[in-house]
Amino acid sequence: MSDKFRNTLLTIAFIAFLFFVAWLADSYLDEYVMRVVRTGLIYVTAAVSYNLINGIAGQFSLGPNGFMALGGYMVALLILPLEQKEFVWFLQPLIWPFRIFSLTKPLFPLALAIGGAAGALGALIVGVPSLRLRGDYLAIATFGFSQIIIVLANNLIPVTNGALGIKGIPEYANVYWCLTWAILTVLVISNLANSSYGRAMKSIRDDEVAAEAMGIPIFKHKLLAFVVSGFFAGVSGGLMASLITTVSPSLYSFSMTFNLLIIIVLGGLGSITGSTITAFAFTILSEALRFVESPINIGPVHIPGIAGMRMLVFSLLLVLLMVFYRQGLFGQKEISWDWVLSHFKNRDYQGVKTCPQKTDRS
Amino acid sequence: MSSKNGSILALDNVTVSFGGLLAVSDFDFTLQRGELVGLIGPNGAGKTTVFNIITGQYEPVSGKVFFRGQDITGWRPDRVTCAGIARTFQNMRLFEGLTVLDNVLVARHSKLRSSMLAAALNLPSYVKEERQAETKAMELLDRVGLVDLAHTQAGSLPYGQQRRVEIARALAADPEVLLLDEPAAGMNPEETMRLMEFICGVRDEFGLTILLIEHDMKLVMGICERIRVIDYGMSIAEGTPEEIQGNPKVISAYLGEEACDYA
Amino acid sequence: MNAAVFFQQLINGMSLGSLYALLAIGYTMVYGILRFINFAHSDIFMVGAYSAFFFIVIFRIPWPLAAALAVCFTALVGMTIDRVAYRPVRDAPRISALITAVGVSSFIENLGLVTVGARPKAFESPKFMSRVFHIGPVSITGVAIWVPIITFMLLVVMMYIVYRTKIGMAMRSVSTDIEATRLMGVDVDKVISYTFALGSALAAAGGILWACKYPRITPLMGVYPGWKAFTAAVVGGIGSIPGAMIGGFIIGLIEVMTVAFFPDLSGYRDGVIFLVLVVFLLIRPTGILGETLKEKV
Repeated sequence: MSDKFRNTLLTIAFIAFLFFVAWLADSYLDEYVMRVVRTGLIYVTAAVSYNLINGIAGQFSLGPNGFMALGGYMVALLILPLEQKEFVWFLQPLIWPFRIFSLTKPLFPLALAIGGAAGALGALIVGVPSLRLRGDYLAIATFGFSQIIIVLANNLIPVTNGALGIKGIPEYANVYWCLTWAILTVLVISNLANSSYGRAMKSIRDDEVAAEAMGIPIFKHKLLAFVVSGFFAGVSGGLMASLITTVSPSLYSFSMTFNLLIIIVLGGLGSITGSTITAFAFTILSEALRFVESPINIGPVHIPGIAGMRMLVFSLLLVLLMVFYRQGLFGQKEISWDWVLSHFKNRDYQGVKTCPQKTDRS
Repeated sequence: MSSKNGSILALDNVTVSFGGLLAVSDFDFTLQRGELVGLIGPNGAGKTTVFNIITGQYEPVSGKVFFRGQDITGWRPDRVTCAGIARTFQNMRLFEGLTVLDNVLVARHSKLRSSMLAAALNLPSYVKEERQAETKAMELLDRVGLVDLAHTQAGSLPYGQQRRVEIARALAADPEVLLLDEPAAGMNPEETMRLMEFICGVRDEFGLTILLIEHDMKLVMGICERIRVIDYGMSIAEGTPEEIQGNPKVISAYLGEEACDYA
Repeated sequence: MNAAVFFQQLINGMSLGSLYALLAIGYTMVYGILRFINFAHSDIFMVGAYSAFFFIVIFRIPWPLAAALAVCFTALVGMTIDRVAYRPVRDAPRISALITAVGVSSFIENLGLVTVGARPKAFESPKFMSRVFHIGPVSITGVAIWVPIITFMLLVVMMYIVYRTKIGMAMRSVSTDIEATRLMGVDVDKVISYTFALGSALAAAGGILWACKYPRITPLMGVYPGWKAFTAAVVGGIGSIPGAMIGGFIIGLIEVMTVAFFPDLSGYRDGVIFLVLVVFLLIRPTGILGETLKEKV
């Protein structure tokens, strides 16, 4: 049995195990905990896709919230029931074709795929002009574009219902869909990152001039990374819309990008394993810190909630990470089956392998 | 104007300027297939600029570059490399976060036929191609004596080994013309000796045409069949190593200034 | 639209533009020296307005003194940010500095939310700012006139510092070649520190004037002016001080005129500025007065 075949089997077994755990959790845990789990899984999809462009291809984008918004609004428009559409757009009618149909529950995956396509198309449109810029300029251009998307969401009432947003979106995003997309994202992006294309993207990250001199068309590869990233960002935006059952411009504001940035920096820019783990950790931490923002009554003593406290903690965390712990938890390393197995066989194995050669799936 | 007398690489009256400052002016140069030519000159003479013009990093203000008779002026660097001109860099631009093997494999990427989808889904056609690329890269690493270090991070290697990785990487692009920018920089005399043998060896083995920039006169005089000297972006002499060593213009412009290098 | 209304809008645009110019100079000076975008600059602007507010309301300090103290305090805040957050990442990859700046910006905004709350505070502006002047059919508030005048005076002082003093010369030298300046024995970190102080002082002045113009101050008041000022810096040519001033006026006029001529588009007033930002980045990233930077191979 070759190593590759063994790893594939292990991956399949692990995925089956994850679904089993999801089923157990869904059966026994309460609604609130499951909401946190689903949010965590959606953050995995969003963060891993963001890491492809920022960590693997090394192009600093500040725009994933815009692509998530595209996916989110698209999915909302596709699955919102017709009577709800009439209710939401009672002043100005919703644009054609969305006002004449609505996708039912079995077609939810199709809606997500179309949401992903919207994100990918958005990434293509934003990427073609802006990926010629580098560093700070690219960051600002992607930020500018995503702000434009949010301004449009606030103003294009016949499509987005403006600042009020769209309410009453069916909650199709159960734990199985969230898990399926999280696994798909991790599998596709880690496969891609370890492929020849991923190597080309990493070479651009390390040295753009040398990459071009080695025959890599850099613009094409940046754009590929950007579009793939945009697709999964769109899907995650769609999942989030269905989880929260409401979309509005504020849901996809810059703070979404900020959260994702903390996740990928903490996990290690370029490490898919890192992003996956920290996406979950961030979601849980974020919930755990919720109490500081809500009012507490301890007997007669009333402590008012402090708005902004969580973000204050996270901002401080981000700055401290950059100053003291720049490589994050995983640096650019990944956990692979080869590493896990060698760890079981031999306890003195020297740390996590760097950029493993054999296909690895975390 | 077409290429001159069936040469493999020709620069025809090339001029490059930065903000009005002429870096290279009216530069004419030809390389015949299979030659090993040295490009020398004092620091800042415009040697690396000549490389950058050939490989498309800079676009000349005027003049043309021909490769195998085809006008490649203004081509993007990746296209030039795919056409068959590979290079190394003076300041060694390795992909430091990648392993030695991955560094070499990056140069094979342009040969890949599988689509990104095939790669992301690990389809058999892609896996087969990847395996072939890996075999080829390992052969090249074997040639430069770095097989054992294939899975080491490139940035962690000592200087001399990094230079060898860079040459292996350039060779992985299957070039016909190889441009080496100060390959012996930072090497000790013994390493330089081995490098000289290596350069001559790969030229014969892969049927390469080599143009190299070097300050180490022992290396240049030892292996180059022909030497071009430039100063202030202009050619001042060309000839065999013996002719160059005796050329008074060269001595005053170049050797006078860096006599210690020559000694 | 008649000439009087146009003239009124012109005054409004100039007034708004001069505020953007004050803020844009801070972005451009830091970029010129460190080649990085100080995202937290817009929050410095907010700190300026709030510190003046507290000096006036809590300590009951007379207005001109309170404003001066607020400017000095904010300059110190700017220097501290550089010392604590930016200096440690100065030699790190550029992306690290940028992420740090995003973090610092969010930190200050949320610190504001936590300490003073999200509810807007009413800023007390001095009497001469709120007087209304009537010139024929045109009526102009004191703010609209005083803001450009004060801005102009501040810019003259700033230009004097940058072009006529020793520290200004050091700043210009660092922005041309940081390594060479270091080799000349100049304490580069100190020069950078002063640059942050000067930029922050101007931002504070901008914040105070802004609060006179729009007297409801909140911890997030800097976000949009910050982006518009940044756009102004890009339009003028980032790294160029005269460019930042020109850019500021252009952006102020574009914003005011968009709303005046196309009232239907008022919801897009922020979008228009982001569009200008993106278009300039894509078509002429060096702006009107900036220089091209070529990467060395």
